[in-house]
Amino acid sequence: MRPFELLEPRDITEACSLLAEHKEKAKIVAGGQSLLVLLKARLIAPRYLINIKGFSGLEHIQENSNGIRIGALVTHRAIETSPLIRERLLMLAEMEGRVASVQIRNWGTIGGNLCHADPAGDPAPALIALGAKVKVRSVRGEREIPMEEFFVDYLESALEADEILTEIQLPYPLPGTGGAFIKEAVRFGDMAIASVAAVVTLERGVVKDARLVLGAVGSTPIRAKEAEKAIIGNMVADVLEDACRTAAGEAKPVADIYGSVEYKRHLVKVITKSVLTEAARRAQEEAT
Amino acid sequence: MKQLLWLRVNDEDYEVWVESWKTLLEVLREELDLTGAKEGCQEGYCGACTVLIDGKAVKSCLVLARHAQGRLITTIEGLTKDGQLHPLQQTFIDHFAVQCGFCTPGMILAAKALLDENPDPREEQVKTALSGNLCRCTGYVKIVEAVLAAKEKLPR
Repeated sequence: MRPFELLEPRDITEACSLLAEHKEKAKIVAGGQSLLVLLKARLIAPRYLINIKGFSGLEHIQENSNGIRIGALVTHRAIETSPLIRERLLMLAEMEGRVASVQIRNWGTIGGNLCHADPAGDPAPALIALGAKVKVRSVRGEREIPMEEFFVDYLESALEADEILTEIQLPYPLPGTGGAFIKEAVRFGDMAIASVAAVVTLERGVVKDARLVLGAVGSTPIRAKEAEKAIIGNMVADVLEDACRTAAGEAKPVADIYGSVEYKRHLVKVITKSVLTEAARRAQEEAT
Repeated sequence: MKQLLWLRVNDEDYEVWVESWKTLLEVLREELDLTGAKEGCQEGYCGACTVLIDGKAVKSCLVLARHAQGRLITTIEGLTKDGQLHPLQQTFIDHFAVQCGFCTPGMILAAKALLDENPDPREEQVKTALSGNLCRCTGYVKIVEAVLAAKEKLPR
């Protein structure tokens, strides 16, 4: 790693001031599980790192009447094993269980993962499918950004240079809703070659609402809106093949050592089938 | 610029001046002469650098040394107590779970974190818990056997 100065603010207010002062010359560091990889590869060489790991007030998993709020510094492992998350948003816990290895999940934070804005990351597709928002803070104040708009390009988020992500907010799913997340990777803990998250709401067996999000097959996670349209108003089983083909067409993969464009589109098709089937099964179970 | 760090490793206290960009792995190996944790891929993939922080497995090549300050760090050197090998160390020997040995410290510490959390894991759970540790001699079968054998030997 190139030398950097580690700045140690006492709280989030001080961290925002330091970031406002140094902007592009500084990076926020929490667990560092993505950041240190970039630093070691010298893809970035910031002059300052601003440490926020250990800040109190950003490590909560709390529910209120509308849903669940997760502090930016909550580790992947804490989300994976949270009884509240497992009970209310099982797909989120299951997705977290597939993030890298347990060592990385013990130290890496959900906020850091999102700010890294890797389209092959696992949390974003699931959070977009669940309709999450993120709260960000700067010296100019606070704002909320829908998770769907948070990724703007490869490794590029909607954060301004002086903003820090502080919280993820998840609405409770409507009655009759089921969700699932599946990823395909070479080894168990590897980055996804392709992943799909689906959330389906059923009313008397018919899809009332559906959100389908593709990971690792574009410069950002992709909401497969045409495939969603194909499902809504129908029984999942009746339109499954069509929806999967449509979703595969909406993917924008690039070829790499893990697979060709055709292979990755095929993966999207296959995973979408499994994920929609499972989401619908869970929605049905939830409704009965 | 160097800063003074207080690290508690294997129940011993260390004071060490290190640059802010040093990882825990670098400090353990280069400053404290604890070379049990290995430097493999240096990007959090291979798990050879696995150590425990507050009992949880982490990849020390991706942990800033500063972040380990004030916490309880356990390396492979800390597992042997009064000349007595830890049950995992003994079962790794008994089951020939060591070939070249480079992945072994990380494997044993990842396995220890699992057994401390879940004293009676199923084979699948052992495999999942070790999925962040690569063995390039391809000796996974014996490693999993050794961990399953160790769970029988741990004090309940």
